[in-house]
Amino acid sequence: MSMSTELPQKSSSLYEWLTTDTPTSRKQARLSSWYRSWLELRSNPMAMFGIAILLALVLIAWFAPLLAPQSPFTQDLAARLTPPGEGGYILGSDSLGRDILSRLIYGSRITLYIVSLVALMAPIVGLFVGTAAGYLGGWIDVTLMRITDIFLAFPKLILALAFVSALGAGIENAVLAIVLTSWPPYARIARAETLTIRNADFIHAIKLQGAGALRIITRHIWPLCISSLVIRVTLDMAGIILTAAGLGFLGLGAQPPSPEWGAMISAGRKFILDHWWVATMPGLAIFIVSLAFNLLGDGLRDVLDPKKNSK
Amino acid sequence: MAIENRSGNRRKRASIPPWLRGIGSTLFTVLITMVGLLFVTFIIGRVMPIDPVLAIVGESASRATYDAAYQELGLDKPLLVQFFIFLLDIAQGNFGESLLTARPVSQDLLRVFPATFELATVGTFFGVLLGVPLGVLAAVKRGSWIDHIARVVALIGYSMPVFWIGLIGLLVFYGKLGWIGGPGRLDIFYVDMVPNITGMILVDSLLMGDMGIFRNAISHIVLPAALLAYYSLAYISRMTRSFMLEQLDQEYIVTAQVKGLSANAVIWRHAFGNVKVPLVTVIALSYAALLEGSVLTETIFSWPGIGSYITTALLSADMNAVLGGTVVVGLVFVCLNIFSDLLYKFFDPRAK
Repeated sequence: MSMSTELPQKSSSLYEWLTTDTPTSRKQARLSSWYRSWLELRSNPMAMFGIAILLALVLIAWFAPLLAPQSPFTQDLAARLTPPGEGGYILGSDSLGRDILSRLIYGSRITLYIVSLVALMAPIVGLFVGTAAGYLGGWIDVTLMRITDIFLAFPKLILALAFVSALGAGIENAVLAIVLTSWPPYARIARAETLTIRNADFIHAIKLQGAGALRIITRHIWPLCISSLVIRVTLDMAGIILTAAGLGFLGLGAQPPSPEWGAMISAGRKFILDHWWVATMPGLAIFIVSLAFNLLGDGLRDVLDPKKNSK
Repeated sequence: MAIENRSGNRRKRASIPPWLRGIGSTLFTVLITMVGLLFVTFIIGRVMPIDPVLAIVGESASRATYDAAYQELGLDKPLLVQFFIFLLDIAQGNFGESLLTARPVSQDLLRVFPATFELATVGTFFGVLLGVPLGVLAAVKRGSWIDHIARVVALIGYSMPVFWIGLIGLLVFYGKLGWIGGPGRLDIFYVDMVPNITGMILVDSLLMGDMGIFRNAISHIVLPAALLAYYSLAYISRMTRSFMLEQLDQEYIVTAQVKGLSANAVIWRHAFGNVKVPLVTVIALSYAALLEGSVLTETIFSWPGIGSYITTALLSADMNAVLGGTVVVGLVFVCLNIFSDLLYKFFDPRAK
């Protein structure tokens, strides 16, 4: 089994290389454990369904100009509030005669933009705070965790509302507000991970070699915190989407004429009783995407949950 | 962490019973959290792009009037002094005056809070009533169809934007079917007929013994409350299920079964008995989440509660009202958290 560490050419031997019980390099061990997780995830139909939807979403956002039948901003007042399926409007048109399908397609870019920004920024803030608190300890730990608790105690949506109203409405400020309200759980996770790693022998060994706190945290603690943060982020994605859409709905997120889904629902609200499709379609889009994230998150948790193996 | 720091003092106060000391340290934490919460709110109020002086004196005021108002608001003082004044004001229940209603914000909040409280309470009540048994059943019959249904119910609850499904609900049940009352708490016809005793229409109409109004109020609350109940059911049933699974895996359950206890006794007396305490925490959290979620629900249903108060104030740049509302919701939130913490400590011997 210890023949070679170079990547084999044929797919069958690639399979063997990935599933071997005796990996010969760190890279092989890591890839192999990812591959096993993937195999397990692949057998979970719900999670695969979620992945399929999300892949489709990314493709739709990527190829929006090719897929959208019309520009999301072109108005046609003669064709305002056309029901779905009539006059070439597959999902109908809104109160300014804009094609709802095209707006949904372009809106997927905004959704992905918000979600990915928050999903990048919030865990990073949490990682900084949590590892610093956990590794440095003492009054730094007490202060940082007290601040974390304060933010955790705040009702998230209301805090985000207050932040956005202070900073001004807009997508960037909505992202910032969601980040400011969603980092505390990540900080807690990162701190808990740090506390378990901090007294490990390998950290002592590195310390004896003369490594400073900064090096230990960034090079040796951060990499070990990341996987638990990733799971948590996946589980939180749906919540991020719903919060962002909620801010948009209240008029505090993306501003018109931007085709943000939450704002589209809000625009359709006035016509809900006579022209149901204007508010219904964007809501369906939000529902499908956050359902996909929830399915994926559930599946990932099942696969990566360390407690599961002990049962 | 805070406990470590004060362990020095602790030895001196050895005569104080431990539970009292526990409450003392909890109160200390609460105090710090609340001051922090107020500080965050205060800072938000200071960085708002709205000039509070201009909002009072108007655009065309002279320089002298502006300066006088500036001084009167204490804006010339250092930031920390301003914060201290802000704290003192809030401790006295003084949130300033609302621009929109031209009344003290504290009075406004007292007026709108019961509406939110009523809605969230009815929602949580039904959420618990249905969610707990569903969670228990899903855990006991793990992998069965009921477990799958519970999972789907929860997934949908976690994924659906409340403001959207609220609109759809209004469209279907009010617009198309006409089964329920529309937005608001009562039909316009009844609005001024209910005396303000508790501020909760369901209670007030019962107190005055008018079944017509009571029925009308029910037809208005049923949809928003059902939605909130669904959201809390999704969360509570999920948590109940995982708590129960944890217990059902334990060996004492096997012992109880071997002893020949009936399945019902094992499930409800033994397993569920141990789930009750963490469940209370979950219910408190879900209650808090409903209060917070009121911002969106109340906007949809024109429910005159604290959520729609904050949003209206926000959109008309009514700073004092926004901050007051934020502070109140934040404080209720903190109190619920602390309450569930204390309950945990009180009922669970392991936490002592």
